[in-house]
Amino acid sequence: MENNIILKMEHIFKTFPGVVALDDVHFELRREEVHVLLGENGAGKSTLVKILSGTYQKTSGQMTIFGQEIDIHNPKQAQELGIGIIYQEFNLIPKLSVGENIFLGREQTNHFGVIDQKKILTGAQKILSDLGVDVNARHLVKDLGVAQQQIVEVAKALSLDAKILIMDEPTSALTDREITELFTTIRSLKNKGVAIIYISHRLEELFEIGDRVTVLRDGKYLGTQNICDISKPELIRMMVNRELKAQFPKQKSTIGEEILRVEHLNRSEVLKDINFSVHRGEILGIAGLLGSGRTELARAIFGIDKINSGRIIIKGKRHKIRSPRNAINLGIGFLTEDRKTQGLIMQLSLKNNISLPSVERFSSFGIINNGAEDQAAKRYVKELRIKTPDLNQKVMFLSGGNQQKVVLSKWLCSKADIFIFDEPTRGIDVASRVEIYQLMNRLTAEGVAIIMISSELSEILGMCNRILVMRQGEIISEFLAEETTQEKILQSALGVSAVA
Amino acid sequence: MRKDFLHHYGRQFGTLIGLVFLVIILWILTPHFMTISNLLNVVQQTSINAIIAVGLTFVIITAGIDLSVGSILAFSGVVLASVLNAGMPVPIAMLTGLGVGLLCGIVNGLLISYGRLPPFISTLGLMSVARGAALLYTHGRPISGFTNSFRYLATGEILHIPMPVIIMVIVYLFAHFVLTRTIFGRYTYAIGGNEEAATLSGVNVKFYKTMVYGLCGLLSGLAAIILTARLNSAQPIAGFMYELDAIAATVIGGTSLMGGEGRVTGTLIGALIMGVIRNGLNLLGVSSFVQQTVIGSVIIIAVLIDMTLKRQRI
Ligand SMILES: Nc1ncnc2c1ncn2[C@@H]1O[C@H](COP(=O)(O)OP(=O)(O)OP(=O)(O)O)[C@@H](O)[C@H]1O
Ligand SMILES: [Mg+2]
Repeated sequence: MENNIILKMEHIFKTFPGVVALDDVHFELRREEVHVLLGENGAGKSTLVKILSGTYQKTSGQMTIFGQEIDIHNPKQAQELGIGIIYQEFNLIPKLSVGENIFLGREQTNHFGVIDQKKILTGAQKILSDLGVDVNARHLVKDLGVAQQQIVEVAKALSLDAKILIMDEPTSALTDREITELFTTIRSLKNKGVAIIYISHRLEELFEIGDRVTVLRDGKYLGTQNICDISKPELIRMMVNRELKAQFPKQKSTIGEEILRVEHLNRSEVLKDINFSVHRGEILGIAGLLGSGRTELARAIFGIDKINSGRIIIKGKRHKIRSPRNAINLGIGFLTEDRKTQGLIMQLSLKNNISLPSVERFSSFGIINNGAEDQAAKRYVKELRIKTPDLNQKVMFLSGGNQQKVVLSKWLCSKADIFIFDEPTRGIDVASRVEIYQLMNRLTAEGVAIIMISSELSEILGMCNRILVMRQGEIISEFLAEETTQEKILQSALGVSAVA
Repeated sequence: MRKDFLHHYGRQFGTLIGLVFLVIILWILTPHFMTISNLLNVVQQTSINAIIAVGLTFVIITAGIDLSVGSILAFSGVVLASVLNAGMPVPIAMLTGLGVGLLCGIVNGLLISYGRLPPFISTLGLMSVARGAALLYTHGRPISGFTNSFRYLATGEILHIPMPVIIMVIVYLFAHFVLTRTIFGRYTYAIGGNEEAATLSGVNVKFYKTMVYGLCGLLSGLAAIILTARLNSAQPIAGFMYELDAIAATVIGGTSLMGGEGRVTGTLIGALIMGVIRNGLNLLGVSSFVQQTVIGSVIIIAVLIDMTLKRQRI
């Protein structure tokens, strides 16, 4: 048994200015296991794996890899040791092709030392098709959606032939179908002797794919368990130190007047004759596969992409929305799916990010009232339990889930009354999710309308009143949440059989 | 509080230590350096570069660059001088000088935001256009000889402090306030940090970018006024290579060329470092050829140190 242990981390400490991220943590990894790291947002999961991948240096502690005590100083060394990692935040180069990204730093060359594009493309395409996904290795990364980028990250890590593969929230942007494919891949890797460290906030996944689980809370080690010996409520209690009530605390809200109506909206090939409306107090879900046009629809309404034809009617009046500024002034808030490239200004502080869309409200004559801005930020830090040393912390130093909470706060702070949330709970832990759902309930009770785009059908079914299903740029069907099931939505999204 | 101070001004603090270090070395090497008259002289000579560098700090925070500041200075200077020589009152002439600078800056801004030109190309083009315009306007000859009331802007003193220094201090106080306390400043950082996210947060990126380049041009116009008053002459070849000194001051002061970060306090220290080195080398009798080389090396070393320190912080 002992010699099955390929990695051992003992008494690991890691401090950042003002933060103790890891406080005497232990971790051990066996051959051929999927070891899950679990913990709330900011518990220290990403920090722990970044120490393994050479991105961060531990403050103190011991690491033993393949029986050898070792310190990892940089990512290159980690790679040579056979450690591959998929980071929580993407590290792809937008202007390079998918194939070039997959083999970045390990370019295949021909006899003359010239990069062999063909070899790269065929190699990359093979990895992608082994993953069972429909991504072209020739396409540029910047033209891909978040989920496809996630898949490229996975493919990149797989191409490393790692003995230890770390996956930091690989599924947060994937739909069920891609998750299934990913799990198939993980199982076959496991059979080939690869050990996997798996981080996810989706508890159902852990039971499906994990062998053992290590739980962290506030940077402290709480223990390691066999997954088959532990139940979901027990895990949650361990993680958040309290009981959690309903996973989807949907409350009945009174549906009011119509607040937004979209008529015959078209945008070249991506959106075809879209018609729908939302009412005050309503949560409208939009389901669909990757590339079905969900995000494109949101972008068109928010004035980012031009529309070819169609009408947008807000609070009974027709408006031409030319820019995000326009949309914000009309009371629309759009939480984008990719927090790193579209949601946050990484070098700005938490409070400056939160106030960005509404900074005019905190100013007179162009001068910002710091007190008012602080107060607003403080309120959201408390309400969403954002883990940060202070309001001036740059968001680049926050954990992934906490960054997501900042994006959410920023739009809540904008006081919009029509929210478009694109994957709002991406990377957010189980307990905070429930709080965010409760917050949505409060918003709808105040007469706000929410359009929620999500790849998680359970979330859509659990929180929405009505659900639209999109496929290839069209709205294919509409369901009332209480009258439908995941299967019906999925069939409709896939276009398998017409069960409307 | 102390921790917070270091947290925010840590980088500036490092540059300041560099400046103090330089001053001490020069004090030891040459006795004349540490005299009040020489120090005032350094600050006064620094003021023009320092004022231009404020504009560049704004531009570089938006992740842009402006290579045309030196040429804009020359063009503003000659236009201003011709207006003065036509017998117009000094305030009108000054407004004209500022106006020409502002206009050139706005042209840069429009080309960059609405014409989608890379800042490097647009301002490189304007660098040549404005220089050419200055030469054409004057047929290549300087315009000289102004009234004392105009020259007072460079030669005057209040409480023994030279006017250029006073103007510089006002510009810095104002710029610091704008960057840290106003919507304009906030958006400047946001645009440089992540243009797409800024747009999606409702920032009118094109408008504010244009304004930032406008401000940079305006400050070049202001520098033109001081330089013209000091030399009692406006030269079409004035301000040659000034962009380099201003960029250097900004970058030594800790503003990242990647955008999203920077402070004018750092830029001021950076400009003083450049000024002190120039002055020190002059006092030491180092030839101007060697000076060029030394200054270039200082820029490279300063940025190297900065990058190494930044990397170590994690
Ligand atoms: N580079 C950094 N500088 C300062 N603080 C940091 C840095 N990286 C992480 N932290 C802090 O360390 C703590 C742990 O962060 P970490 O990213 O490991 O959390 P996590 O468990 O991965 O959370 P999430 O589920 O939100 O991704 C957080 O409080 C975070 O703010
Ligand atoms: Mg994380």
